[in-house]
Amino acid sequence: MSDPSAAPRARISPAPGDVARLAAAYPAALDPGIGPKLQAIASIGFAVLLAIYAGWQLGLDFGRLTSGIGQLLHFITLMMPPDPGTQLPLYIHALGETLAIAFLGTLLGAAIAFPFGFLAAKTVIPNIFAHFMVRRVLDTVRGIDKLIWALIYVTVVGLGPFAGILAIATSSIGEFGKLFSEAVEALDRKPVEGVTAAGGSKLEAVRFGMLPQVLPVLASQLLYYFESNARQSTIVGIVGAGGLGLHLAEQIRVLEWNKVSFLILMMLVMVAVIDFISSRLRFAIIGRNAGTDQ
Amino acid sequence: MPSAIPILPEGQLAPQLARYDAALRSRRLKSFAVALVIGVCIVLSAVMGEVKPAVFVQNSGRLGDYFWNIAPVLRPDHLGGDLAEWYWNLDHWLKLLWDTLLIAYLGTLLGGVGAFILCFLASANLVRSPFIRLTARRFLEFCRTVPELVFALLFVVAFGLGPLPGVLALAIHTMGALGKLFAEVVENIDMKPVDGATAAGATWVQTVRFAVVPQVNSNFASYALLRFEINVREASVMGFVGAGGIGQDLIEAIRKFYYSDVSAILLLIIATVMIIDLVTERLRHRLIGMESGR
Repeated sequence: MSDPSAAPRARISPAPGDVARLAAAYPAALDPGIGPKLQAIASIGFAVLLAIYAGWQLGLDFGRLTSGIGQLLHFITLMMPPDPGTQLPLYIHALGETLAIAFLGTLLGAAIAFPFGFLAAKTVIPNIFAHFMVRRVLDTVRGIDKLIWALIYVTVVGLGPFAGILAIATSSIGEFGKLFSEAVEALDRKPVEGVTAAGGSKLEAVRFGMLPQVLPVLASQLLYYFESNARQSTIVGIVGAGGLGLHLAEQIRVLEWNKVSFLILMMLVMVAVIDFISSRLRFAIIGRNAGTDQ
Repeated sequence: MPSAIPILPEGQLAPQLARYDAALRSRRLKSFAVALVIGVCIVLSAVMGEVKPAVFVQNSGRLGDYFWNIAPVLRPDHLGGDLAEWYWNLDHWLKLLWDTLLIAYLGTLLGGVGAFILCFLASANLVRSPFIRLTARRFLEFCRTVPELVFALLFVVAFGLGPLPGVLALAIHTMGALGKLFAEVVENIDMKPVDGATAAGATWVQTVRFAVVPQVNSNFASYALLRFEINVREASVMGFVGAGGIGQDLIEAIRKFYYSDVSAILLLIIATVMIIDLVTERLRHRLIGMESGR
């Protein structure tokens, strides 16, 4: 409406009486009052105050932040171009190790979690106590980060990718157990009842009534976790459990920035390729609509 | 009571049976092929991952021993004294645990703010320019593909030891992960308010503020809480690379075989993670309830 000389436009303006009537009918629409606004201000204020307290408690220092950012930019210029130097074969081998850790860790975790998934499902084991215990054990396993498991396994089986496989497998048990049991609980009871009605035993009911239903769901979850574990297995090396992380931590420590950027690039490419392949496979298994696309 | 089962004449039955056998055979063949591919991958990975079952079986007793060793000595006749000895450093650990929570909080808050700003730019229904949208998306993708710990390693070199690199590493990863989720929420909003705001002459920022944000904020808060839960776990291992929190004491205890300290710290972490899980789950259910009550 900046130019009043322009062609007249039709404006719909309610008659004064209408405005009063509408205001009386919907008081909250025209004047929501101070309540919601106050609530929003209070929650934002609380978040900011807590952040300030956190900054003070952790001793965060603005000067260090700015000088650090300067340093970081300097490192980024040093990272160009990414260059493996003479260590390319070593890094390719580490990449293979990383893939092996992710693959075997996921598979082993799923294989061990598979029976737990049925044990932790209310519909299979009606005993509340047993199912509660299994769930709590799975929760505990899940509460410990992969890296902590890796560290523990390194002290038990020694340095190397095998410790990484065990670490990924252990924390996958917790995650898969929960997901599997939810998948089992969500399935359709009718085939199970059918098998039971035809005289099948409890085990046969699981094999022929439940398994065909849950298998595609489980397979797609397996692939999904393979993607996520591929990311995780790049870092278990930081504590000595094999793979790319080992070299990455080492090269950062000796400030070989070209190699650092090359290793990060390798990780990114590996993750992208795995994501691509596994999302293809997942769609093939469960259909395009059901998947959580990346 | 005799049951009547209609049996087809031989001429009709034979082709049906043959078709059934063929279908079964092709399915079996497919399953066999999948099993073969998986088997080959397992063998390859086992070779790459230096899996030595014999060594593992030989050493598997050590895993049990390890957990036996880290279990504290608790005698019923002077339980109080034993507990006090087990948690001899409780004050220090609680402070570190509190630091860990604050690192997770700051990381989630900063990352959430970043994701909040970027998610609107990455949404296909709000931004027409593919250049801006794809740049925002690729940036978020990069932030979430590089693991937190890799950022932490880099930042420890740039900013020095302490919680600052931990907070920044978590913030960047959180920004990538939440940005993607937020953008998905934004892409699924009801577009009518947006059209209304645009028709009334609102600028892009006003459209986002008045037409989009009211639709998405409870979903955003729910995702941010979920991320906070994950970040508490991640923050507990940031100390492994010197980025603050309880991880630094844990890695020292594991590396130096301070057995009872390991179990004491692990239990503290598990308890904290469980409490945070419970609290955030409550909060999220309330948020979701608010959303559906609208």
